[in-house]
Amino acid sequence: MTATTEIDTTTPESIVDTGRRNTAVPSMIRHSLTLAWRTIIRIRYNPEQLIDVTLQPIIFILLFVFVFGGAISSNWHDYLPFLLPGIMAQTVVFATMNTGVNLNTDITKGVFDRFRSLPIARSAPLIGAVLGDVVRYIVTMVVILAFGMALGFRIHTSPFAAAAACLLVLLFALSFCWVTVFIGLLARTPGSVQGLGILFMFPLTFGSNVFSQTSTMPGWLQAWVKVNPITQLVDSVRGLLIGGPVAAPVWHTVAWAAGFVLVFASLAIRAYRRRA
Amino acid sequence: MSQYAIHAEGLIKRFGKTTALDGVSLSVPTGSVLGLLGPNGAGKTTTVRALATLIQPDGGQAYVGGYDVVREPQKVRALIGLTGQYAAVDEEMTGQENLLLIGRLLDMSRPAARHRARELLERFELTDAAGRAVKTYSGGMRRRLDLAASLVGRPRVLYLDEPTTGLDPHNQGEVWSMVRGLVADGVTVLLTTQYMDEADRLASEIVVIDHGRVIADGTPDELKTAVGGQILEARAADTTQTEQVAAIMSGLVGATPAREGDGTLLTVPVSDPAMLPALVRRLDEAHIVTSELALRRPSLGEVFLALTGHGTDDGGNDKERSAA
Repeated sequence: MTATTEIDTTTPESIVDTGRRNTAVPSMIRHSLTLAWRTIIRIRYNPEQLIDVTLQPIIFILLFVFVFGGAISSNWHDYLPFLLPGIMAQTVVFATMNTGVNLNTDITKGVFDRFRSLPIARSAPLIGAVLGDVVRYIVTMVVILAFGMALGFRIHTSPFAAAAACLLVLLFALSFCWVTVFIGLLARTPGSVQGLGILFMFPLTFGSNVFSQTSTMPGWLQAWVKVNPITQLVDSVRGLLIGGPVAAPVWHTVAWAAGFVLVFASLAIRAYRRRA
Repeated sequence: MSQYAIHAEGLIKRFGKTTALDGVSLSVPTGSVLGLLGPNGAGKTTTVRALATLIQPDGGQAYVGGYDVVREPQKVRALIGLTGQYAAVDEEMTGQENLLLIGRLLDMSRPAARHRARELLERFELTDAAGRAVKTYSGGMRRRLDLAASLVGRPRVLYLDEPTTGLDPHNQGEVWSMVRGLVADGVTVLLTTQYMDEADRLASEIVVIDHGRVIADGTPDELKTAVGGQILEARAADTTQTEQVAAIMSGLVGATPAREGDGTLLTVPVSDPAMLPALVRRLDEAHIVTSELALRRPSLGEVFLALTGHGTDDGGNDKERSAA
């Protein structure tokens, strides 16, 4: 990353006498992890930050399984295994919004100016914000799987495949959240981050195979659904949890994830340098 | 390294079509306080942000501790502390965690960061609130924590951007005594303010800016002298006679007096000290008794008015200040 060139090894005299740490870990990574720690401990004083990754997926599962399940599938028992992987994908995509909103809050409140006035890598606050949300993604996967199992969902593959499914969802979330980081850096208020994010996420999550089979949709919609990265992710997770072809969708998902990081992380870092 | 902790020459910054800084030059000797004075939108904050490496100037040079702010920003960042107009602390963390975070980002070991946090919390009388989330703090407490956060790394150069805006007189006094304490320790301070009294009390040098340009600089005394003359002020004992007093003053001086406070205190700049006895005679002839009658040096507010042709946005006196 370009920002590492800015890291300076000279030790300010003011810090020497208070005990500077000397480790082999590059300071950019260390500072990013420190800032990720900050994101995590903030949850303690603001537990409602977890509503979107705990209560919200449960409500979605209840709504779709029991209200729409019988209509979409023949009965809700058959619909649950189809829906659950989709809900996992949908929830983490929506959960990435938090990163952009938090970032924008930091900027509007001046917290970012303080970080930027410290001798740390410019990219550390962005990477820290992205990594700090890992906890939220893990929480949501545990909640969704546990609630699904309580309703009768079973993993038909292996624990190894299930772990791979979770890792893939995590990887996708970490790459997709650069989109909201970018929006968070451009938007004027935390509220507008939410508005812009929803504009982006609705067609992605609902215009996919999260809730119903692609084959039931009109042709023009199928064209979109088939290229949609969420569809690829959902196909991968379904394959890894309940069986089915996985190689192609996993490969597509990883490619999409790499694309998101490549495009939006560089856009975000550029926007960050420009935002004064 | 030069004798100046901060040295800027011809700083230019444009935001789209607006020119926020139009060639600002200033120098702050090591261990002194420079007051950057100007109304809202004059370019004070932009100057501080450029000197704190938060924005890149479009023209000119600036050095902090001898380091170029554009080419050696990380070296500059290792020297500075910054306190903005609003308290830039994390509301979802405790006061102690806020300071720990900064310490850790400054590469202090965990125990050293904890020790420094405790030290600063004590100094700013926040020990009792150290374990509470900042969102439960009062405005004054937040501001104190913000100041503490900017001091974690023992900066040699401290930027205080309107540090007392919105503070009550008690907290304002605390900020002032803290600034004096830091200067006694050899810290160089760049203070922006809209308040004349604040610059007058704290700064050894003042730079007045307006529309992104430096319009005057010097010690508070020099500025007051440069504007020239003195202020003649009078208040009628019987305030119904205010209009008559105003008429006499303008007849004598040749300028309409300004009204201060509740409108009964009349002030007018004069260059001739003999205007005072002359006014006494005229008032005596008109049988008007005054409750206040004096010749004094102008306040910085009046200096500012004379320099810019307009006042600061919320003026220099406390009545307007608390309403702002």
